[in-house]
Amino acid sequence: MSNAAAISVSDLTKQFGDFTAVDAITFEVQQGEIFGFLGANGAGKTTAMRMLCGLSLPTSGKANVAGFDLYKESEKIKKNIGYMSQKFSLYEDLTIRENNRFYGGIYGLTDQQIKEKTQFMLKHLHLESQADTLVKALPLGWKQKLSFSVSMIHDPKIVFLDEPTGGVDPITRREFWTMIYEAAHRGTTVFVTTHYMDEAEYCDRVSIMVDGRIEALDTPAALTKQYNAKGMAEVFVQLARKAKRSDN
Amino acid sequence: MESAVKVERVFKNFQSGKTQIEALKDISFEVGRGELFGLIGPDGAGKTTLFRILTTLMIANKGNAWVDGLEVVSDYKEIRKRVGYMPGKFSLYQDLTVEENLSFFATLFGTTLEENYELVKDIYVQIEPFKKRRAGALSGGMKQKLALSCALIHRPSVLFLDEPTTGVDAVSRQEFWELLRKLQHQGITIVVSTPYMDEASLCDRVALMQDGRIMDIDTPKGITQKFSKPLWAVGAADMYSLMNDLRSDERVDTCYPFGQYHHITFAEVNQEVQGIEKSLVDKGHTNLSIQKIEPTIEDCFMELMNQ
Amino acid sequence: MKQFFYFIRKEFYHLLRDRRTLFILFGMPVTQILIFGFALTNEVKNSRIAILDNSKDEATTAIIHQLEASRYFDIVENLNSYAELEPTFQKGQIRLAVVFPEKFQSSLLHTNAAPIQLIADATDPNVANTLTNYASAIIMDYQNSMKETQDFPYTISTELRMLYNPQLKGSYNFVPGVMAMVLMLVGAMMTSISIVREKELGTMEIILVSPIVPIRVIVAKMVPYLLLSMVNIASILLLSVYALDVPINGSLTLLVFECFLFTLTALALGLLISSISDSQQVAMLVSLMGLFLPTIMFSGFMFPIENMPIPLQVISNFVPAKWFYYIVKDVMIKGTGLETVWKETLILLGMLIVLLTISIKKFKVRLE
Repeated sequence: MSNAAAISVSDLTKQFGDFTAVDAITFEVQQGEIFGFLGANGAGKTTAMRMLCGLSLPTSGKANVAGFDLYKESEKIKKNIGYMSQKFSLYEDLTIRENNRFYGGIYGLTDQQIKEKTQFMLKHLHLESQADTLVKALPLGWKQKLSFSVSMIHDPKIVFLDEPTGGVDPITRREFWTMIYEAAHRGTTVFVTTHYMDEAEYCDRVSIMVDGRIEALDTPAALTKQYNAKGMAEVFVQLARKAKRSDN
Repeated sequence: MESAVKVERVFKNFQSGKTQIEALKDISFEVGRGELFGLIGPDGAGKTTLFRILTTLMIANKGNAWVDGLEVVSDYKEIRKRVGYMPGKFSLYQDLTVEENLSFFATLFGTTLEENYELVKDIYVQIEPFKKRRAGALSGGMKQKLALSCALIHRPSVLFLDEPTTGVDAVSRQEFWELLRKLQHQGITIVVSTPYMDEASLCDRVALMQDGRIMDIDTPKGITQKFSKPLWAVGAADMYSLMNDLRSDERVDTCYPFGQYHHITFAEVNQEVQGIEKSLVDKGHTNLSIQKIEPTIEDCFMELMNQ
Repeated sequence: MKQFFYFIRKEFYHLLRDRRTLFILFGMPVTQILIFGFALTNEVKNSRIAILDNSKDEATTAIIHQLEASRYFDIVENLNSYAELEPTFQKGQIRLAVVFPEKFQSSLLHTNAAPIQLIADATDPNVANTLTNYASAIIMDYQNSMKETQDFPYTISTELRMLYNPQLKGSYNFVPGVMAMVLMLVGAMMTSISIVREKELGTMEIILVSPIVPIRVIVAKMVPYLLLSMVNIASILLLSVYALDVPINGSLTLLVFECFLFTLTALALGLLISSISDSQQVAMLVSLMGLFLPTIMFSGFMFPIENMPIPLQVISNFVPAKWFYYIVKDVMIKGTGLETVWKETLILLGMLIVLLTISIKKFKVRLE
């Protein structure tokens, strides 16, 4: 069981009428891996991620997430994954504590568990004094770090991060990624999409989607070598320029 | 007046509920004519507030500012005739076509697309195939280019672009900066703000902003040359434990992850790198590599933040 | 199960922390009950009536006395001739006139019958009906009380005349009301939303940082809704005249002019609302709560103003729709001209000037 992939996807496809958003993608993500899922807007990565989170049913293909089948056991999948996105994370008009109690309750944690996790989280982020502050009063960087912690409140096997860092200063961004490193170290699989190409270099492996297909999948080091690039940004630009879809 | 933009000890506060937010604290700088000037900083640094003061949309609590030789408070009407402004989120009329947007903005400034065609030609040819499409149906990159055209259409002397590349894919971002360079050759002063540190190197001079203050102003090269210590890039098979080991080492001053390598500085300026290397190997690290590197703007930004 | 309760609790947090919505959810019903309960009533009290007493004898005096004593009526005019009736109604000062013929008491004594004329202003047919019923009832009462002292029964017959709206058509009343509502809605709400939308989109910033003079922006924003309102007026009038048989008895030019005036007032209000709203939702809410609702409640077309407690009557004077409704009813249904409505027109004009001045001053040339 310990060698089983955290996510395994085979010929996964999603069609909207005539339009094939995701075109038979195949890949695997190992447990404890930090997997970067990149692609231009319109390349299909958001659609693919939605399918993996159980938010949308594939048109065809197979997928296993956290050991459960995507079609038959989607409810079990939801209990075992966490999700965080830049657009929405915590309720701004609730306090930190209230947010935790809500999400903890949704995932079936006992009051005691919620209390302990909240305590731990606040201590780790040095936010003990802000436990009862409304989230909207916190700076963006703290909100992001908190959202990440809350998305992990039920100790999921996999956590999906959709453009998690946006607009914060470079130090805060690195603190965030350190948290991701720690989570991966503890065995959580991290599936992350991002617009910051330099962040792609924090990942163990990266996949790049173009026109609904996966055009590249390897470690950042191997990819930069393969495409003779100075960094992931260049790799991405080279691949994206070939795209027929999305932009223009 | 020599400078296209001059800011002198500007302060700006906002009231948010019960708290006072100090958005700008003692900002001073100058932008020369025809310069491509970058304001680099994260959300909350004060870039948008500064832009709004310079485009006469807000008044500073303290201090003065001049654009094109005119004072921003008393001469605001004249300034509004001469500057081009592209606010964040590319404010366009979603339900008007590309053509209609352009002609509206042109007429607003008393000119037409034909009159200043030369100026926007490079950009316009890229969006021309879509001229009958509604702005709301354009991709992010296209919207960006359209918004730029609308801001340029009246041949402003100073162009203010507030985060024009945010949320746009990497390819469009590159193309956009190429367009800006070409515009610069036409004699337009361009002031751009961006949260992307790598874009700083594309400007003539940059101001690094954080928390309402300017930490440094210089050419990109000038900034990187001011980095106080030698910078090393360290890589190994297990990056996470490498980071922990480096951070717990007393000889290491700062250690920041930079993807495939960690950037570190030492507490002692002439620290011998072999000593560090040996202790890492002893701890069991494989695939170890350590090399001296040139600091990037991002390294400098973080060093300035820590000061 | 716990999931479920935690979710409910979260929803309560959201609700309780949104002050604005709370105000609407709790404040509104309370206010409405109070207003509807105490102020707005279809009941008619203290209605202004006139008496034309051509006999001035014991009987008429007794009946007049009864009328005066009743809480329904307030005798405000004692007329001296038939000629005075029309102008008094035209001026809108009375809703009902009670006319006694000459030699009323002697007719009763000698022929056991006498008529009393009840002339009502039927532009509001409901009120007209109610008033004539009350008056008839009082007269009946008097008749019955006389029976006890006389041997032969008296018959006092009441002749009803419904002025301006003999068929008691409801449409005569609500067409002006609908016009007020529509103009207020289109003019104020749509203008304010249109301006605030630019603010929300961010395009307002670009417009401000351009040579265009703000006053031109304001006018440009208003023109489409001005035209739209005039089209609406045209269609309402056409439908009223041809489909509902509502007449336009007065001058059409005057009517159109008054509509134009009111529309401009609505637009100015829209402009004012836009300068205090920072989102389209707020603009819509304020337009609905602050304008539309008062227009319905205080214009007088659903609930007669004279039946409201004094404080509310005072408030209604500040509602432009009240004056407009009055003017339109007069010009359209009663067929009067500027001579009768000049005061109200002037008031509306005054409101327009004040509102325009305030809203133009408040229009922000900068972002704060």
